[in-house]
Amino acid sequence: MRFDLQIIASLVAPQTRVLDLGCGRGDLLEHLQRNKQVEGYGIEIDEKEVIEAIEKGLSIVQGNLNVETRDFADQSFDYVILSQTLQQVYNPERVIEEMLRVGKKGIVSFPCFNHIAIKLQLLFTSRAPLTKELPYEWYNTPNIRVITWQDFREFCSDRGINILHQIAIATHHREESGKIVRWLPNWFSKYGIFLLSRSRSGGGINPQE
Amino acid sequence: MSEYSGHDRSGASVGLVRRQSFTFAAPPDELTLESGQKLGSITLAYETYGRLDKEAGNAVMVFHALSGNSHAAGCYTETDEKPGWWDNMVGPGKGIDTDKYFVICSNIIGSCYGSTGPASPDPRTGKPYGLSFPLFTIADIVKAQKRLVDHLGIPKLLCLIGGSIGGMQALQWAVDYPEMVHSAIPIASTAKRTALSIGLSEAQRQAIMADPNWRNGDYYGQEPPNKGLALARIIGHITYLSEDSMQRKFGRKLQENAAFKFDFSPDFQVESYLHYQGKKFVERFDANSYLYITKASDYFDLGEQRGEGSLVKAFSQTAAKFLVISFSSDWLYPTSQSKDMVTAMKKAGLDVSFCEIQVDFGHDSFLLAHEQLTRLVSGFLNRMSQDVAGRTNVGKTEGSHAL
Repeated sequence: MRFDLQIIASLVAPQTRVLDLGCGRGDLLEHLQRNKQVEGYGIEIDEKEVIEAIEKGLSIVQGNLNVETRDFADQSFDYVILSQTLQQVYNPERVIEEMLRVGKKGIVSFPCFNHIAIKLQLLFTSRAPLTKELPYEWYNTPNIRVITWQDFREFCSDRGINILHQIAIATHHREESGKIVRWLPNWFSKYGIFLLSRSRSGGGINPQE
Repeated sequence: MSEYSGHDRSGASVGLVRRQSFTFAAPPDELTLESGQKLGSITLAYETYGRLDKEAGNAVMVFHALSGNSHAAGCYTETDEKPGWWDNMVGPGKGIDTDKYFVICSNIIGSCYGSTGPASPDPRTGKPYGLSFPLFTIADIVKAQKRLVDHLGIPKLLCLIGGSIGGMQALQWAVDYPEMVHSAIPIASTAKRTALSIGLSEAQRQAIMADPNWRNGDYYGQEPPNKGLALARIIGHITYLSEDSMQRKFGRKLQENAAFKFDFSPDFQVESYLHYQGKKFVERFDANSYLYITKASDYFDLGEQRGEGSLVKAFSQTAAKFLVISFSSDWLYPTSQSKDMVTAMKKAGLDVSFCEIQVDFGHDSFLLAHEQLTRLVSGFLNRMSQDVAGRTNVGKTEGSHAL
């Protein structure tokens, strides 16, 4: 399993209800069901991946993640996970708000555009960054949202979303190993993983309440 | 369903099977139908494949559609030309694996394949019922099947699987007998017939009733309304196909001549294909059965009938787990109707999975050998049997409070 998914799995408490948005073939859900006895649910748009995930014995609804969450009641999941998809959604703000409506907690992971290699590339080549993690040209990339570690923290702070946990990791995309970046995440994080809540009981940074 | 249901190339088969029958509801204990009318006694033809386990926990019920019958798999004799209608799905090692599951397929009331229907003798007169056969609904079909399942000594069905009108039966079962249903797979189906499908249904019925040989349904022992029934079948058959599949199969190809004949005999291959479908159908189906069963499907509206207008409320009465499957090219029961079902199930807090299979064979896709369909069905069934065996904690949603 991808290193970022391993980190995400470590944030999920056992025997909870988990919704995975854009769950792909259901690797994370399968892992969580097997090792943490969670009750998992996945949303995925790709037919082939949906079939593979259902074959594994997962509950999956094929559809668009912007649409499919609407039918779920408020706070009906313990966790809603969005892994490496935020940078590809048209309206990230609405997706995160929706995650925190249907879930008590949200877990978001995304590739950070603040990594030192990207900063230097832009500085020295004047070109849109091209890395192993973000291997697309500006005209064909599915990653339409450029997000940095700092941007995302400010985004949460502005909206009164509590960051319960933040983990910066360095790994290669699809690689199963990596390390947690504890020093200068603004320079060295390749992916950011955030555990979020909109807790009414306070705790964390929440300027709106 | 079509005449050309896919043959299975794997060679695996349940082998020789036997049609059985069960008779119940003898007067004065007739079955009361939704219309308030009574029907009895009732005979249902059915077949079973595989073996029921000790706990009676591995029973899977398969439902046929409009023109199907209890013969889902295997052959009656060594020399049968064709196996049962879903032989590509039901058998050893197949999607519905008869090495693991005990499969039941029952004919429906009103049909003409060994079950009580308009062609059966009316006990009051000794003559065929004809139009004195009471109109019935999907709920009535299911009510009769429930008696069969009780008779077979099965307290809870592991899964209910059916396409089209068969899917309606699966939905109705889950809502009407929730304590007897662990899960269901409605395929290419709908929770209610829409104006388009009711309209097409009525066109087919009118074709039969416009045939002078129909004689208000009283044609038994005389020339049956074959022209009307063949035309009904032609209309129906077109609704089971798609523009792409028809175009690919026939295009504008002409029959035997290279040029137009300039008369009204069939010029195009598609015309003679449809005539052939109609002709073959009248050899095997009863026109009155066609009227009654299409009407039953037109009446189907689960939200209206079981949820006071709310499909969510209807589904709230069951805790069954669902796998809903649709086909991208099905315009008779399009994906949007399956998605409406899924939405209501989600809102009712049910454990539901959904997949739309990209395939261009139209509504009939569910009968054709299709790898994706097989994988979905077998994967879901596998999870359901693990559930029942208690080996996993997957999806323990109970009731609407869980979501």
